[in-house]
Amino acid sequence: MSTVEQTENPLVAGLERLPVAPTTLVIFGATGDLAKRKLLPALYNLAHEGALPERFHLVGVSRKEKEDEDYRDECEQAIRRFSRRKPSEDVLQGFLENVKYVPGEFDEDAPYAELEQVLDEFDQEAGETLNRAFYLSTAPNFFPLIVERLGARGLSSHDDAEVRVIIEKPFGTSLQEALELNRQVLDVFEETQIFRIDHYLGKETVQNMMAFRFANGMFEPLWNRNYIDSVQITAAEDIGIGTRAGFYDQTGALRDLIQNHMLQLLCHVAMEPPVSFTAEEVRNEKVKVLHAIHAPKSEQVPEIAVHAQYAAGHSGGEDVPGYLQEDGVREGSTTETFAALRLEVDNWRWAGVPFYLRAGKRLARKITEIAVTLKPVPHLAFSQDGSLGVKPNQLVLTLQPNEGVTLQLGAKIPGSRMRIRSVNMEFLYGTSFMSQSPEAYERLIMDAMRGDPTLFTRNDEVEAQWRICDPVLQAWESSGGQLPQYEAGSQGPSVADDLLLDGHHWRAI
Amino acid sequence: MPAVSDAVWSEQGTTPDAIEAALRGLLAERHSEDGGFLPARVLNMVAFVESEYSGEIANRLRGVGRYHASRLIVLSYEPRRTRLDAHASVAAEDEAKPGDIVLLHETVIVELGDRHLDDLLTIADPLVVSDLPTLLWSPHGHPEAVQALLPLAQATLLDSVDEPVWAEAIDRANTLSDRLYVVDLAWLRSTPWRERIAATFDPPALRGELEAIASITIRHHPDSTVAGMLLIGWLASRLGWRLSPLRAEGDVLSGTAQAERQEIALRLQAAPEQLVRGLAGLSIETASGIQLRLDRGTGGLRAHQRDAEGREHEWTILGASRGEAGILGEGIRQALLRDPTYRPALQAAQQMLP
Repeated sequence: MSTVEQTENPLVAGLERLPVAPTTLVIFGATGDLAKRKLLPALYNLAHEGALPERFHLVGVSRKEKEDEDYRDECEQAIRRFSRRKPSEDVLQGFLENVKYVPGEFDEDAPYAELEQVLDEFDQEAGETLNRAFYLSTAPNFFPLIVERLGARGLSSHDDAEVRVIIEKPFGTSLQEALELNRQVLDVFEETQIFRIDHYLGKETVQNMMAFRFANGMFEPLWNRNYIDSVQITAAEDIGIGTRAGFYDQTGALRDLIQNHMLQLLCHVAMEPPVSFTAEEVRNEKVKVLHAIHAPKSEQVPEIAVHAQYAAGHSGGEDVPGYLQEDGVREGSTTETFAALRLEVDNWRWAGVPFYLRAGKRLARKITEIAVTLKPVPHLAFSQDGSLGVKPNQLVLTLQPNEGVTLQLGAKIPGSRMRIRSVNMEFLYGTSFMSQSPEAYERLIMDAMRGDPTLFTRNDEVEAQWRICDPVLQAWESSGGQLPQYEAGSQGPSVADDLLLDGHHWRAI
Repeated sequence: MPAVSDAVWSEQGTTPDAIEAALRGLLAERHSEDGGFLPARVLNMVAFVESEYSGEIANRLRGVGRYHASRLIVLSYEPRRTRLDAHASVAAEDEAKPGDIVLLHETVIVELGDRHLDDLLTIADPLVVSDLPTLLWSPHGHPEAVQALLPLAQATLLDSVDEPVWAEAIDRANTLSDRLYVVDLAWLRSTPWRERIAATFDPPALRGELEAIASITIRHHPDSTVAGMLLIGWLASRLGWRLSPLRAEGDVLSGTAQAERQEIALRLQAAPEQLVRGLAGLSIETASGIQLRLDRGTGGLRAHQRDAEGREHEWTILGASRGEAGILGEGIRQALLRDPTYRPALQAAQQMLP
């Protein structure tokens, strides 16, 4: 039985939802796409579940001039359109009552002065000092500006309350930018106040990878270079760039997916078991993995990295244009829509095991998966009997669309002869759990307001990710010329095969 | 969640073996219709219900949506029945779409009578999916059936407010807790209240006030005395209070608890105006003058707080009510979890029985 002498709150034991301190959340870029599609619906769903702090206010900050009422109407429309559940009218109206809007240019003083006034009013109304969280959901070039202005206005700290800043990706577009941005943000905020979003980390299936590895004794003895032959991580999309040409043409597949999400997945596969599941221990182990990956020299890049662009083709039974024909793409653009890397984690556990990463748009279908291929058995006694398709065991963790784990095993084909073929032993999350996974943003917003940084990227983690990717981007930029093409709706470019070591194959997408 | 398509089977004068074989056949049939049809494999639920109320129970279970048990076995009891009849269905919750999985839920209704009561275990046991946890629910009482089926279950679902005599409900839940995990809907209805009390005292500056709680008043639906007792039991067990029996005067229960430093006045009072089961409101006061009041309201709980200087603030704590169908679904979900605070709260509530 607990007693009140304990420093922990004795009343939180057994509760699924831990208390979150009263908070005012400020969204910069409040009228943007991310706010409308993800952040506002996530906040509403948290309100619906009773998970928001019991005193919660939302302030939208954006350049467009509008009144509080107009912004509330926009919030309502966004929530009705994008929420994963039909809103309850009472909860929705209650949520909107606590919403305010501050217009202004991010490089001017006026909006920060008004914001300070609004925040102080909320504190006075509540009769206590509310925590503050600033969510930067703007174009990345505004991040340093907003942070600097918040600091200049004295909004980076607050007496008797926590102040946090949540920064959306991309965190820089190169190592140099990331270093500079970290310096600028750390000039104003402490690292413990900074929450760099990589929304993949908020996905249940990514978090479950740690449970899968560290809660099941059967895998750990095999999880090393002695038994694992290779690892393939794939993030394939069947869609093109849609209306995102402005963003994508400046970004490309490496920056968009590999530098952040896919390196995070690699870290989850390769990290050592942390001593505990505290934020620092988990992130320390991930950083060690990133440090064990050598940044390629420019002359090595063609051997370990491939990029390509989709050409016209067929997707979903329809003709689709090539990347260069998409609306908004620069003429002659050399932005890659497909990127693949072969990396090595050069440490005791993984030395010599290739990690293949590939990400692309307009591929045959949408799938995100991690395939761990084990080494073949040393001797196959049945081979003379004509076994069919015997393959090394493969463990496939699928993140989307159907989250689950598949283990490929060799099994005897029914009949009088001893013939073997691969079969699948499948586990699907959808069949084994009743609960609906929360949206990644719901989990991440709550964690940021609670001050738990476990699922956010630390400064040294971001920099280590860029140290791996930056030389590849520089080599590609300096090489110039037209990129290899692959047909839309296909398995990707044939040049991707050049990365594979002998005996290895890309898994079918 | 209503089923989009069903495969069904029924037989009069059947046996558990035949029912189990029929279920296997129905699953194979659905899977051959479309490889994306896959059986949910989360939880078995065995419900012992009186046949005349089986329609009402079916309606309640339909309302649980995605918390439908993977395999639901309804033992529908009609005392004078002599023959074992059964209906089985395997329902898909959506249309099959290429590349997607669609979950199948299995429901078996076994109609039985007095003569089968001694064999309940051997009737139900072959029907549950091996290696899945089994939740037992007997909404119409029938302790003899519960007793017979206990070896099959890892958890039992009950609603303490359903017992005609609330004090007996606490005794019964305690007795069952000795055997298996108890999911009590009366406890689940109090979750938002417990969360909010925990949140109020969570800031380090206020945590010390837990030691200074001087009084608690709870208002509850007239049938939900147990819910109030459990809430006080929860605070007492978490904060280390010593308890003694409460006094009953009309629709009010009152008494005291003893904390390390001071006595705490306890009061539970029926709120006849409240139409739904559960708590209507509560008030907690501390020796330093802080008061927290929570009242049920539209769109969430209405909070009223007075600080030590006498300043008052009111606000709404957002959250949608689950409704009674939602509570049953939550109960099924909770069968797969373990709340370590329920049993101590229940034991504390037992110490307060008048």
